[in-house]
Amino acid sequence: MPGLEPTLTHYLLLAAALLVISLVGIIANRRNVLVLLMAVELVLLSANLNFVAFSAYYNDLSGQVMAMFVLATVAVESAVGLALLILLFRRRGNIAIQTLDVMKG
Amino acid sequence: MSFSAFLFYVLAVILLASAVRVVSARQPVHAALSLVLAFFTMAALWITLGAEFLGLALVVIYVGAVMVLFLFVLMMLDVRQTDQSPRWRLHLVPALVVGAVMLAEIVLLIVNGTRTKTESLETSASMENTRELGELLFEDYLYSLELVAVLLLVGMIAAIVLTHRQSRFAKRQEPAEQNAVRRDDRLRIVSMQAETETEDDTVHSSEKREH
Repeated sequence: MPGLEPTLTHYLLLAAALLVISLVGIIANRRNVLVLLMAVELVLLSANLNFVAFSAYYNDLSGQVMAMFVLATVAVESAVGLALLILLFRRRGNIAIQTLDVMKG
Repeated sequence: MSFSAFLFYVLAVILLASAVRVVSARQPVHAALSLVLAFFTMAALWITLGAEFLGLALVVIYVGAVMVLFLFVLMMLDVRQTDQSPRWRLHLVPALVVGAVMLAEIVLLIVNGTRTKTESLETSASMENTRELGELLFEDYLYSLELVAVLLLVGMIAAIVLTHRQSRFAKRQEPAEQNAVRRDDRLRIVSMQAETETEDDTVHSSEKREH
């Protein structure tokens, strides 16, 4: 079991907790897509915490390079997601998730 | 308990609390501001892990650019009217069950993992994090860096194309329509009687010219 001093285990547990909080937010959220995008950002932030923690653990900077690539990808994702959100708002007049059931079978 | 351990726990608590606030806030503006707090705290955690450049980049890029973009969109859209759905807690119970199961699985994997030693992480082995990161990025990972640059360009073009609205007063050429033009669209040949000038007409017009 982990002790009191922060080790790799502590950082991994913190990232896991962050991931689960944001996933619960994604599943339970029925209100608007914007908060959904924010929760996705949190998921990728927890993945980045893993990269940085392993980078410090192995004393290898490649993990930080990967974290930087993930940061760039998340920036692109949020930009395109916000553009889609604006398009959605123009077409439907709201961004509530429960109204997005056009493709429901 | 050392100071770094104390710092880790304080930052972890702030991070998790702000994450909970992001997903549970009723107002999207509060969620966005909590996300800013989460980014700041994560940057502090990364700096304690020795990733100074990445932490500062997180503050500059995410707090300075991405969250401002989020807040712009938030102010642009009228999100108040989407806030009136009373049934949003309907999915809370299954979400909590799924989350608890996932958390239990991950915690079991991490705690029983083979790679989790008990010595604490050594932080900031060298003072030149930015320099080493740059050397790694522009030598070993150069092609990946260029791919990321292309990805950013594609994302930018996609966002502009998606949200661009055609102006009614824009004057521009349409090459497709220009190429699709046939001769019949522009030129019409009618067969008619050839016009000839008669004597009276010439006299009349010359008189007119004299006046």
